[in-house]
Amino acid sequence: MIAGQVSKLIGSRVKRKEDPRLITGEGKYTDDVILPGMAFFAVLRSPYAHARINSIDTAAAAHPDVLGVMTGAEINDRCAEPFPLFAILEGMQYPERWPMAATKANYVGEPIAAVAASSRAAARDALDLIEVDYDPLPVVTDMETAADADTPVIFEEMGSNLCYEATDQAGDPDRAFAEADGVVSARLEQPRLIPNPMEPRAAVAEYERSTGNATLWVTTQNPHIERMVAAKMLGMPENKLRVIAIDVGGGFGCKINTYSESIIAIALAEHIGRPVKWAEDRTEHFVATSHGRGQAQYVEAAYKKDGTLLGMKLKIYADLGAYAQVISHVIPTLTPSLSPGVYGIRDIGWTTIGVFTNKIPYDAYRGAGRPEAAYIIERVMDLIADATGKDPVAVRRKNFIPDDAFPYETPTGMIYDSADYNAALDKALDIAGYDDLRAEQKAARKDGKLMGIGVTVTTEVCGFGPAAAMGGLGGFESATVRVDPMGKVTVLTGASPHGQGEETSFAQIVADDLGVPFEDVEIIHGDTSIVARGVGTFGSRTLVVGGTAILKANEQIKDKATRIATALLENKIEDTLDPQLVTLEDGLFSIQDMPDQYVTWAEVGSEAYDGQLLPEDEQPGLEAVSFWEPPGLTFPFSAHIAVIEIDQDTGEVSLKRYVSVDDCGTVINPTLVEGQIHGGLAQGIGQALLEQAVWDDEGQLVSGSLMDYAMPFAQEFPMFELDRTVTPSPVNPLGAKGIGEMATISATPTVANAVIDALSHLGVTHVDIPMTAERIWRVLQNHGSRRRGGRS
Amino acid sequence: MIPQAFDYYAPTSVTDALRLLRQHGDDAKLLAGGHSLLPIMKLRLSTPQCLIDLGRISDLRFISESDDGSLAIGAMSTYHDIKNSALVQARVPALAEAAGEVGDVQVQNKGTIGGSLAHADPAGDFPALALALNFELVTATTRSGRTIAIDRFFRDLLTTALRPNEILTEVHIPALPAGTGVSYQKLPNKASHYAVVGVAAAITVGDDGVCTEARIGVTGAGPTAVRARNTERILKGKHVDAAVIRRAAKRAGANVEDLNDDLHASAEYREHLTTVFAARAIEEALSRAG
Repeated sequence: MIAGQVSKLIGSRVKRKEDPRLITGEGKYTDDVILPGMAFFAVLRSPYAHARINSIDTAAAAHPDVLGVMTGAEINDRCAEPFPLFAILEGMQYPERWPMAATKANYVGEPIAAVAASSRAAARDALDLIEVDYDPLPVVTDMETAADADTPVIFEEMGSNLCYEATDQAGDPDRAFAEADGVVSARLEQPRLIPNPMEPRAAVAEYERSTGNATLWVTTQNPHIERMVAAKMLGMPENKLRVIAIDVGGGFGCKINTYSESIIAIALAEHIGRPVKWAEDRTEHFVATSHGRGQAQYVEAAYKKDGTLLGMKLKIYADLGAYAQVISHVIPTLTPSLSPGVYGIRDIGWTTIGVFTNKIPYDAYRGAGRPEAAYIIERVMDLIADATGKDPVAVRRKNFIPDDAFPYETPTGMIYDSADYNAALDKALDIAGYDDLRAEQKAARKDGKLMGIGVTVTTEVCGFGPAAAMGGLGGFESATVRVDPMGKVTVLTGASPHGQGEETSFAQIVADDLGVPFEDVEIIHGDTSIVARGVGTFGSRTLVVGGTAILKANEQIKDKATRIATALLENKIEDTLDPQLVTLEDGLFSIQDMPDQYVTWAEVGSEAYDGQLLPEDEQPGLEAVSFWEPPGLTFPFSAHIAVIEIDQDTGEVSLKRYVSVDDCGTVINPTLVEGQIHGGLAQGIGQALLEQAVWDDEGQLVSGSLMDYAMPFAQEFPMFELDRTVTPSPVNPLGAKGIGEMATISATPTVANAVIDALSHLGVTHVDIPMTAERIWRVLQNHGSRRRGGRS
Repeated sequence: MIPQAFDYYAPTSVTDALRLLRQHGDDAKLLAGGHSLLPIMKLRLSTPQCLIDLGRISDLRFISESDDGSLAIGAMSTYHDIKNSALVQARVPALAEAAGEVGDVQVQNKGTIGGSLAHADPAGDFPALALALNFELVTATTRSGRTIAIDRFFRDLLTTALRPNEILTEVHIPALPAGTGVSYQKLPNKASHYAVVGVAAAITVGDDGVCTEARIGVTGAGPTAVRARNTERILKGKHVDAAVIRRAAKRAGANVEDLNDDLHASAEYREHLTTVFAARAIEEALSRAG
């Protein structure tokens, strides 16, 4: 099957086959696991952002319901290694990180001790009985001054809080700035965000003392990486640890990391000789599960009067929190890499500064480094439009990478696989009725109303692999395709989804490719004992890499099945046959020009296992394993338009319309794609208008619950207006690009641009996100109705 | 989010509830819906040893009208009950509307009018309406009961005139004089959907177009909901036009002692919002007063 081929299920709105199970409560989430003799554990966490731990007294926790207590020192002693880091950057320094703080706590929420008890409530109660003597230490919260000489150092052995400072350039930015007609500059804030999947994290562990075998049920996006990390840390061979994550209720990146609780769970299960369960609640989640974003961005952009962007200079501070984890430190480096966006700029200089602070570690969050990049370049485009008095659409078109330039290598070394930005933009403008909107805006301004129109055209990198792009985590995906004696198909995939719907989209691919009914395909994932190896679901890679791995396994299946079918058909017609003449169509193996002579998958399947007619050199069985690594990355793109209004009295922004035209190459299932876009838009719009983690000077998370951390409600959105263009990717046979993150990446600058556009006639050129009512009200207070500069 | 262990009682009569309350004294808390109390118990910021759930006392869940046109609402009537009550919709439509704006559907299904008033959250919606509509609060103790005027009810942050042995049983809403319009306007907190600032206005206008009575309740701005008496004074006795509204609304924050200043809004912004929402509430109340 190749891109563009006419097919039956690919491209159609097949209903998610996982939904009946999930919505009737038959899902198998980690917290659903109940084992005989299972105990529960709770984690005592540091109430201080930075404090020396003088002593821990657990004596008072000795209660009949308490089955075991482990302190930081005990848990860490059980480990063979600290948390491993991948993709270490040149010249980077970082602290060792162990599952618990034994002598010093470095952020609020860092684990200090764990208690296993016969019930959740008893475990929780026992936490209050553990006495810890702390000496609070000076706290570092500001990323921009974290590496200054007079800032207290969190990890004394490092001498400073700097993780890395990476300076590089492409082309000749100084020349670009010298040749420019003008320069725009801004300081842009990317607040830290708190990922909130519906399912908080949980872990269940069972340890068999007689064999040393352990099983870990855990909320992870990547069970095989979890197995690798946990096995390493506990000094176990990988084949003695089974990791299971059947149903996972969302992750958005915060379930990539292997957390302390996985290690604690296995160690405690071993220690007390009973299985244990831990499940965080929402409030614990806020201080126990990694956050996202968190950058301060300084940008200067050189432009010509005609709106051409000549060059950029970037300085990016990234707040890594107290520790680097997995590849979290690499994420900020994606920001300069993607900063050219969809534009032909060649001269860029950048410095990326990753620092440690006394905050919970940061990690991937839907988009991971790319939303931060799209925000920079899409704000820059509007700043240039402001400075040159041109329409933001015209400035973008002026700078687009030409439609015939693909594959296109950016100055930052990314190879964009395929795109047609004008086509997507044309469609979005058409749906929005852009010219009418501008006329409407003009009239609204005459009436003293504040209406804004935001436009962005963005791209992002996804479909992660090959291995060279993954820093030691592997860049492949695995697939096993098995046809049983009844002709039914079972697929094992290493790309363990956590809500994306791959049980459906993968089954669509297999059904079309093999010509079997959709209902005859079972997709199995999320168990390292069943699926031998895999990488996981993140970076919008699952369909692109995992889907292709399935196609590759299908090729082997079809070859062998055709050989078996040939033998069966020879028997039928009592003559020899050239296998070339046997074709598979609509699930039937038939002889060319003799359509009445055919065999079915059931006949082939049955013959494969217990047949008497197998060719002499053919072994029984009908199963194929494939590992597939993509030759390159994919770059979906989008053109978005938002229309907003501002309540001048309160500063409240209301979103009136949102047009989202997205191109993710071949679409397997439009419903799944639109679901990703709807959810992605909600998250990106939330970031623009509402969301931010707020800390006080003591390093306490002030926005520490959903009563204080605002996420958008569905009722705050208009119906999104979706459409797409289809530009297949040349880097995989499906022609697919990822779509998990695109809408989030685009939505934040689109809404931000719309809000600033509504204020541009007052002389406003930038407002930081989140654009809360009070923040906009203050802007209005400062600018009043004074009218100067800006677009009219 | 596991609260400390507690004993749980679910009496089916006010008499039984009062007996339990007397028996357990300070160790007990009354549960009247739970959407405020249970979250703080789960955070262990409140650790009562005993909860007396009023939810099974059917006598406390009713909405009725007296001959004089006043309404009586049982303290355990939910927001959902109030929102959907034909009586409330007919007599005080603004109250039914506001009930539909509180929190979300789950909160509306469990939260009660009595619970909201007795908890006295500084950002609750109903305290502002209670002040504007001049609620009378009927209580019971083992000995007798009393009626508390709303103006004497809210004392301080999360503190009311209710005594430890007293249960709020009924809310009495006096009949609105002819020519009265009511409106409640707020800026919702985007996280909790409580009011950052909310203003309720009940304005009575005579045949001659002169404002004869005005009661304005402001919530969210300070430690308790308060009446904006300065605003009321400016409105009363006047033909209320745009200029009067502007002048009156400007004073809506004047009676708030100690403006709240937190993550969600600065004191300065809150003060500004009292003006904005007072003007909107007065305008809409006037438009309904005809």
